[in-house]
Amino acid sequence: MTASAQPTLPQTKEPSSARLALTLAVAGLVSGLILVMAYEITQPRIEAHRREALKRAVFEVVPGATKLAKLELQDGTLVTAAEKSEGPSVYAAWSDEAFLGWAVSGEGAGFQDTIRLLWGLTPDGSKVQGMQVIDSRETPGLGDRIYKDADFVAEFKALANDPKPEVVANGQGTAPHHVDGITGATISCKAVVNIINAGNETWRSKLPATPAIQAPSGGQP
Amino acid sequence: MSAPSSPSEAYAEFVKGIWKENPVFVGVLGMCPMLAVTNSAVNALAMASATLFVLLGSSVLVSALRTVIPKQVRITTYIIIIATFVTVADMTLAAAVPAVHKELGAFISLIVVNCLILGRQEAFASKNTLWMAFVDALGMGLGFGFALFCLGASREVLGMGSIFGVSLFGPNYEPWVIMILPPGGFIMLGLIMVVFNWAKFRKGAA
Amino acid sequence: MSQLAWIFISAVLVNNFTLAYFLGLCPFFGVSSRLETAFRLGLANIFVLIITSICAWLLNSFVLPYAPYLRLISFIVVIASTVQFVEMVIRKMSPNLFRALGIFLPLITTNCAILGLALFQTSRGYGFWQGLVFALGAGIGLTLALALMAGLREEAELSDVPAVVRGTALNLLIAGLLSMAFQGFAGLFGGAA
Repeated sequence: MTASAQPTLPQTKEPSSARLALTLAVAGLVSGLILVMAYEITQPRIEAHRREALKRAVFEVVPGATKLAKLELQDGTLVTAAEKSEGPSVYAAWSDEAFLGWAVSGEGAGFQDTIRLLWGLTPDGSKVQGMQVIDSRETPGLGDRIYKDADFVAEFKALANDPKPEVVANGQGTAPHHVDGITGATISCKAVVNIINAGNETWRSKLPATPAIQAPSGGQP
Repeated sequence: MSAPSSPSEAYAEFVKGIWKENPVFVGVLGMCPMLAVTNSAVNALAMASATLFVLLGSSVLVSALRTVIPKQVRITTYIIIIATFVTVADMTLAAAVPAVHKELGAFISLIVVNCLILGRQEAFASKNTLWMAFVDALGMGLGFGFALFCLGASREVLGMGSIFGVSLFGPNYEPWVIMILPPGGFIMLGLIMVVFNWAKFRKGAA
Repeated sequence: MSQLAWIFISAVLVNNFTLAYFLGLCPFFGVSSRLETAFRLGLANIFVLIITSICAWLLNSFVLPYAPYLRLISFIVVIASTVQFVEMVIRKMSPNLFRALGIFLPLITTNCAILGLALFQTSRGYGFWQGLVFALGAGIGLTLALALMAGLREEAELSDVPAVVRGTALNLLIAGLLSMAFQGFAGLFGGAA
């Protein structure tokens, strides 16, 4: 009843090593081909998404900007970043008329896990003009208010960098460098400010008031 | 394996994966991705779809090639096949729904070490016809998706007061936050399994 | 420097690989109620994790930029080979240990913690030392979770719980409580100026 309909292979003989190697090689090759094809098809969409998200984030933290360019440090001077470079970089943002400022990214330990931020600096670096949380795993309902609480995010729309920004209890902020914290999420708020301070320390001295390069016409990094 | 399988046989294979031999509740397979990505119903469904895609694709391919793959290298070959499908699923999700892809992160790629998939190839697909392998994979995949959805939906309802992002209880609901945090994953799955066991015992006793 | 300390503490305690990221659950639930076996398995895992981290870093730095779509397959091949290699080494150097670990060694290959480490390391862009510290922390965190679970399960076997709860359901609930306890480590380090 279980007679097989397909031609029987001589199962008494062990397949040779060549046969085994061949099978794996063919499998690997076909797999590689399929993956290359899928990659070619999906990559443009993935790249487009990434660029869109970047533009949205930079234009959010540098209000009014419509064009941006990615810059990196080479021997102490800022030059346009190569397409796939992975080193530390900043973004310069322009509106149609003028240079509006820099977008700096940084990361650091939050309450639960690492927080990644993007914030905008005025051209002279004296003030923060916007902040956006790129990545965080803070406690829902508490720490995640660093991006869900509009008031907290708005604290970073005009934050002085000198003296160094610090977090104060909610409602107690008096000076331009004070950030009103979120009750119950002090550590997350402090983490955000620490990340910004550390990033400012690294970058402010290196960012000129006007970048040496011209605004791009297309507006893509 | 000579006569084409009857529709009722195929149906039996299909259904077993959904309840009686549900891969999660009964087999306790594929737990790693389960608990990590089920903090909301949407994430659970996305993960389930990706897993179903990989399971269907690999089962069909393994079954089609079952006479050609020498048994000494079968596991390696299965893994290559599964990894290919997983990479394709990952790239497709990244291109089509980047927000969901970001939420799921590395766990999509971790589908490749989901013992459920390799287990089905070894136990079933490599020994059955294409149609039966497909039906088995479909049943198991849907069963897996059912389990993921139960977990994701209950965690989201309790932990955020919403389902698929739609608020259920209004703004005054005090969310049971622990449910969308890691402990909630363990506890919720444990509780669901208790219910499942209870249902089984009742059926057995009746 | 403090970034390395954060990566380590985060992997061991605050975001424990097993109790927060759900990686390495198969040995966690399947393996043992014996403390000794848990430690041995943990040690083998640490070894494989460290080697995998180094290989992943090498692949990411020199090979994969030309063929990013091969990432998953190359990682799996590396992991499978590493486990084979570790198995051979252990068999040569300590037949007793080999006998004690038995079936667990090949199981490390499908242990999602190893692949998970390689993938996390890649997505977070860790360099060589960061990856190494991450692997060490993840391994120690895994061992910690395994050991705690083994000890708790020994107790659980002897306790009087209803039949519907016995088995995997009970283990899951215990793991949930353990995970909750580890949530208390959040805030360690964070926000410190």
